[in-house]
Amino acid sequence: MKTLKIDPVTRIEGHAKVTIQLNDEGRVTDAQLHVTQVRGFEKFTEGRPFYEMPSITARICGICPVSHLLASVKACDDIMAVRIPETAAMLRELLHCGQFVQSHALSFFHLSAPDLLLGMDSDPARRNVFGLIEQHPERARDGIALRKFGQQAIEWLAGERVHPSWTVPGGVNAPLSSEVRDRILAELPAAKTIARRTLAFFKGIVDRFAEEIANFGNAPTLYAGLVDATGGLQLYDGKLRFRDAEGNIVADQIRPRQYAQSIAETTLPTSYLKAPYFKPLGYPEGVYRVGPLARLNVADRCGTPEADAEFAEFHQRYGRAVQSAFHYHYARLIEALYALERMETLLADPAILDKHVRAHAGVNALEGVGMAEAPRGVLIHHYKVNEKGAIRWVNLIIATGHNNLAINRSIRQVSEHFIDGNRLQEGMLNRVSAVVRAYDPCLSCSTHAAGLPDIHIRLLAPDGTLLDELRQ
Amino acid sequence: MTKKARLATVWLDGCSGCHMSLLDLDEALIPLAGKIDLVYGPLVDAQEFPKGVDVTLVEGAVSSQDDLEKARLIRARSKLVVALGDCAVTSNVPAMRNNIPVKKLLEGIYGTIPTDGVPPLLKHAVPVHDAIKVDLHVPGCPPPAKAIAFVLGELLEGRMPELASKVRFG
Repeated sequence: MKTLKIDPVTRIEGHAKVTIQLNDEGRVTDAQLHVTQVRGFEKFTEGRPFYEMPSITARICGICPVSHLLASVKACDDIMAVRIPETAAMLRELLHCGQFVQSHALSFFHLSAPDLLLGMDSDPARRNVFGLIEQHPERARDGIALRKFGQQAIEWLAGERVHPSWTVPGGVNAPLSSEVRDRILAELPAAKTIARRTLAFFKGIVDRFAEEIANFGNAPTLYAGLVDATGGLQLYDGKLRFRDAEGNIVADQIRPRQYAQSIAETTLPTSYLKAPYFKPLGYPEGVYRVGPLARLNVADRCGTPEADAEFAEFHQRYGRAVQSAFHYHYARLIEALYALERMETLLADPAILDKHVRAHAGVNALEGVGMAEAPRGVLIHHYKVNEKGAIRWVNLIIATGHNNLAINRSIRQVSEHFIDGNRLQEGMLNRVSAVVRAYDPCLSCSTHAAGLPDIHIRLLAPDGTLLDELRQ
Repeated sequence: MTKKARLATVWLDGCSGCHMSLLDLDEALIPLAGKIDLVYGPLVDAQEFPKGVDVTLVEGAVSSQDDLEKARLIRARSKLVVALGDCAVTSNVPAMRNNIPVKKLLEGIYGTIPTDGVPPLLKHAVPVHDAIKVDLHVPGCPPPAKAIAFVLGELLEGRMPELASKVRFG
C-alpha cells in the first residue's frame, strides 16, 4: 500500500495537490484533488457598500478579473433594479471577449502546450513556456501575441490589463472612443489568423493523443452553460441550460435569480473547494461540467460564421455531447476564434460609440444575482444588502467549483489507466496534472472565492499510509 | 556564454495577477528566456523549491501554515527575495479577513470545516516581510509589466533597482 502525491500541481492557476492511493499490487484504488487555500471573500465583504464589490471581488483572480467584475456589476445592476444602456452591455461583452482571448491563449499556449508539443514524458525541467520558446519559437510567438491581443484590448478599453475599474454598477464609466475602436480593429485580423492557424495545427495533432482522449475524464456527466433565447452560445449574458450525456436538454432558460432551483452544493472533507451538483438529480448523480467543452455541448450554435463551421466539425467528429476532458483544448480554441469574431461584430456596430453608457440608481432591491460565463465556466455572484446598500450576505459560485466533482473523477480515471505503482515514472504523474490542466481550473477563484488551491498528488495504500510522492 | 540566472516565482495568498503582469512582458519574454532559468513556480513543473536560487519573486501574503513554511524555505534557498505586489508588500486583500476569527470565517463559508489534506490558516494574513527578510519591495495591484521588466533587468545586471518613480500602491 502506498500513497503518491503531486504537490503542487503545476502549470495551473492556483494551489492544489493530488493524492493517489495504491494497493499492494501497485494498482490505483483512489485519487483526490485537494484545494488547499481559503480566503474568505464571502465573509469579509459583509458590511461593505455593494458598489465596492466589483473591485474587491476582481481580486479573487488575476487571470479572469473581468469575469468577476462582470458577474459582480450584474448583481449590482439587479440590486439597483436598472436596465443598463444597450451600448454599456455591448462594451461589457467586448471587454469580456478580450478576456476570453487572453485567458484561452494562456491556458493553451503557456500552460498546456508544453505537454502537447514537447511531450507528456519530456524533461520536466524544460517542459514549460520557456522550453516552448526554445523548441517551438513560432508557436510560442503565436501564443504570446494572441494573449497580448486580448490583454491589450482590455487595457485600451478599460485602462488596465489586470483589475481595471471601467465596469461599474449600471454600465461602464466611460464611452468608447473611435480611436480605440480603430486600434482594436486594426489588430484583429492578425489575431484571427493566429486563432485559425492554431486550430488547424491542433486538429492535425489531436489524433496522436488517442490514449489520452480515451482516458482523460472520458465519462458521461451533465453539462451546463449560458445560451441566448434561441440556444446560441452566450458569454456575457444569457440563461442557464443543462444538457445530459445523451444530448438531451434537461433544464433550460434558467434566469440568474433561479439558480438555486438547479444548483445545490455540498462540502467535501478533503478540500477547501465546495462541490456543486444539479439539484434535480442529487449528489453525486448530478455531477456536471462547465467551461469551453460544456458550453459547446450545451449550445446549439456559436453564432459567428467561422466558429460555427468549427462547431459543426467538432460535433461531427465527436458527437453531440463530447465527453473527453481532453477536448477542452479543442473547444477552447474554437471559442477563442468565436470571441475574436464577436469583437469584430460588436466593433462594426455604430451603436458601440454611443455616449449613454451608465444608469444611475440607488438600492431598489435587497437582493441581486449576476451570472456570466468566465473562460472556465459559469460564474454566479449573489448578494443580499440592507436598505443602505451594505452587504449582508454573499454567495459566490465559481466556475472551477462546478467542475470540482468531475475533475476528481477525471483524476481517478487517468490515475487508474496510466499509473503503475511498481514502475512509477514522472510522465505518469504528469498526465494526472495534464487532465487537471485541460479543465483550466482557476483555483484562486474556485474555493468559493475562498481561496487559492494547491493541488498535490499523493499515493496512499488502502489503509491510508503514504506510499509515494514524486519528488524531483 | 555567461551562466543563466536562476529565477523562481512563488504565489502564496494572492490572485495570480502579479504573475499575469509578469507574462504581460509579452515579446520581452523571448529574450528573457535566454538569460534566466525559471527553476520553480506555477509556470514550471518543479515539485520542490530548489537550492541555490538567485532571485525569487513572491506574490501574495502569508496566510496559511503552508505559506509560512514555504516562505522560510524560499528565504533559506534564495540569494534575493522580492515581495512582488501589494499582497506580498502589505498583505492587502488577504488581510481583509484578519478581524474575523478563523473558526468563524470557515464555519461561515463551509458549515463543516475541511481538515483532511488542507493546511490550517494562520490567525492573520501577513506581509511577506513579517515572516522572512525581504530584499526588495515592488508594490502595485499588480505592479505593471514595465516595472517588473525593469526590476529583472536591473537585477540581472547586478544592480539593486531604484523604484521610486516606477511603482505605486493599488
